[in-house]
Amino acid sequence: MLSRTADNLYWLARYVERAEYLARILEATQRLTALPLAYVGETNEWETAVATAGCSNAFFAAHEEANEHTVVDFLAFSPSNPSSIRSCFEAARLNARAVRTALTVEMWEAINGTWLELKRFGNKPDSREEVMRFLQWVQVSSLRYDGSAYRTMLRNDAYWFSRLGVYMERADNTARILDVKYHLLLPADEHVGGPLDYFQWSGILRSVSALTAYHWVYRESLKPWLVADLLILNEQLPRSLASCYENLEQNLDRIANAYGRQGPAQRQARAIRTKLNNSRMDDIFQSGLHEFLGGFIADNNNLGFAIGKQYLS
Amino acid sequence: MRTAFDEMTGSEGQIRPAYEALASWLGEVRPDVLDHRRREAELLFRRIGITFAVYGEAEAQERLIPFDVIPRILSASEWDLLRRGLEQRVRVLNLYLKDVYGKREILRAGIVPEDLVFQNPVFRPEMNGQRVPHDIYLHVAGIDIVRDDADTFYVLEDNARTPSGVSYMLENREIMMRLFPDLFARHRIAPVENYPDELLATLKSVAPESAPRDPTVVLQTPGVYNSAYYEHSFLADKLGIELVEGGDLFVKNSIVYMRTTQGPQRVDVIYRRIDDDFIDPLMFRPDSALGAAGLMSAYAAGNVTLANAVGTGIADDKAVYSYMPDIVRFYLGEEPILKNVPTWRCREEDHLAYVLDHLEELVVKEVHGSGGYGMLIGPAADKATIAAFRAKLKLDPKGFIAQPTLALSTCPTFVESGIAPRHVDLRPFVLTGRDKIRIVPGGLTRVALKEGSLVVNSSQGGGIKDTWVLDK
Repeated sequence: MLSRTADNLYWLARYVERAEYLARILEATQRLTALPLAYVGETNEWETAVATAGCSNAFFAAHEEANEHTVVDFLAFSPSNPSSIRSCFEAARLNARAVRTALTVEMWEAINGTWLELKRFGNKPDSREEVMRFLQWVQVSSLRYDGSAYRTMLRNDAYWFSRLGVYMERADNTARILDVKYHLLLPADEHVGGPLDYFQWSGILRSVSALTAYHWVYRESLKPWLVADLLILNEQLPRSLASCYENLEQNLDRIANAYGRQGPAQRQARAIRTKLNNSRMDDIFQSGLHEFLGGFIADNNNLGFAIGKQYLS
Repeated sequence: MRTAFDEMTGSEGQIRPAYEALASWLGEVRPDVLDHRRREAELLFRRIGITFAVYGEAEAQERLIPFDVIPRILSASEWDLLRRGLEQRVRVLNLYLKDVYGKREILRAGIVPEDLVFQNPVFRPEMNGQRVPHDIYLHVAGIDIVRDDADTFYVLEDNARTPSGVSYMLENREIMMRLFPDLFARHRIAPVENYPDELLATLKSVAPESAPRDPTVVLQTPGVYNSAYYEHSFLADKLGIELVEGGDLFVKNSIVYMRTTQGPQRVDVIYRRIDDDFIDPLMFRPDSALGAAGLMSAYAAGNVTLANAVGTGIADDKAVYSYMPDIVRFYLGEEPILKNVPTWRCREEDHLAYVLDHLEELVVKEVHGSGGYGMLIGPAADKATIAAFRAKLKLDPKGFIAQPTLALSTCPTFVESGIAPRHVDLRPFVLTGRDKIRIVPGGLTRVALKEGSLVVNSSQGGGIKDTWVLDK
């Protein structure tokens, strides 16, 4: 297939995944900020949301203060923020148009329908209820796109490249949210915080849709080191780093098999996955969670470059 | 201007045979049902994403062409005449192109004036003496046809560059079949759905001799911002070929490759939907980001087929058009089956004098214009417009031709006031391969939705209809 087509499919999937992630961050932040201060502490959660979305610099270039109004506008609706939900959906549709022939009708209708609907929401809804509805709708739209890809695409390179986009984006998002909140995630032998931290932890889990999953996996009340374990090392959780890399390795191998050739991308993905598989949470805390996550985000970016060089250009 | 010929009711108000079943159906169906179906069709078009862009309208970036749910019907014998006429026309256009870029016999015989060719901006000196694979220049042609009575078809315009609209021919049919199964059951309509197969067979048949038995064909688009992008992606999909942009192609040792996830892959035939000017920045416009550098060298080496060939604009130029009847006679020794609309060439003094005297009753077109832009429709224009046009015309007579205002035929059309006659034209698509000429029975019918309007262009408020050719 054309390198450009693969590139478009890859980015299309990334944009849709990113839009969903942004919606989840905003939703979780809205919940946190609705709690009395005594439960969440003095931190400015809206500022944290911007950091979690990875666009602090751009945000503060445009706004002085991070509050509900400016952050919702910037992360969800701003046309000048290339990573806002609106911009993600627009970029996704543009990519989709460029590769119409590689999409199934269902995928096209999902992404085109989303784009048409987006216009109906206008520049910015005027009530909190309406914003909530919007954020819900974003998640449903992403599910619909992902579901139609999963259910209708041929299992060939087009599908595999599209999956690579999903998991690359997801791994990056999960690592970022952990890195912004790493100071809340402490090893088992440290003093466990009060109710204050509890809501922060559940907020993290919510933003990767893992709150219920946590309870099923650990059957325990929220413990910060277990939250970290779930999001980093547990292959059962679809948004964990380990699960993302299980999928990345698998899809890269399928491409390599179909093309009859392994390359740097496969080797790098395998190395990162091996590192995750051989890690235990204790060791990670020992050598520093922040350092670990920083290293992971860099590795993940490098894999992105390798995939780009090997296939997409 | 006399009353227009209506394709359903003729000139005397008697239902013509091809329209009998439709007329009785129109008598039964309630207007609100038609309206409902019309809206359903619009929804389908919107959902599938069949849109087009109108240049110069930033805000309405993607628009729908209004779709009329009442089909236009041609009888088997009408189609038979058209088919023969189209074959003749396109065969001649190919001979003419080969001649103009080769021996130039027609120029030496004085049939077509030399300056009309050599001073024409669409003439490509690079193509002089350059052989193209199998001597075929015009692989895909769209010939615009109009009529003003039951027996005569006129060619209004030849489109020999990158004619578009065929996706509408196909989608209109699909949507009609979905919306009106009952109406279909009452007719025997020749299918058009095999067009993509015919197109692919045509393109494969013209691959260079050196190409492998199963040549690699691609469709080249200027990209998503082009007004016909939907059609490009639609066709690539139906043909099962890659939709490439300039950046996907590169040329090495006079061979064209595309960049794929598995490395470079050789390309043999390019169905290009990009203008001559943009094909190769080394040869033509250096600022073109749409083409592929070195493509013309691969073309000159005979390693790739471009469909259509470079320089075909010299065949569909409106000034050349006026010589077509003589061109047909020159190459084939036959009378043209399809008529030409009588045309005054403003480059000739006596013609210009006549045109200036009769602006109120003529249609004046720019020789190099298209899409209905920059033309004057005398009978519909006010005094100031005519005066302004007169000045423009005097300044550059060579740039214009004029034609009588034809009483284009009308077809029943569903408009706000109900079912009413509206003027139509027809664009059938003619495919020329190494083995034969292929034409699927049908085409794109464009309809001027405004009462009395003769302008059918989608950029100027025209709509489209499904076109049925009845089987014998």
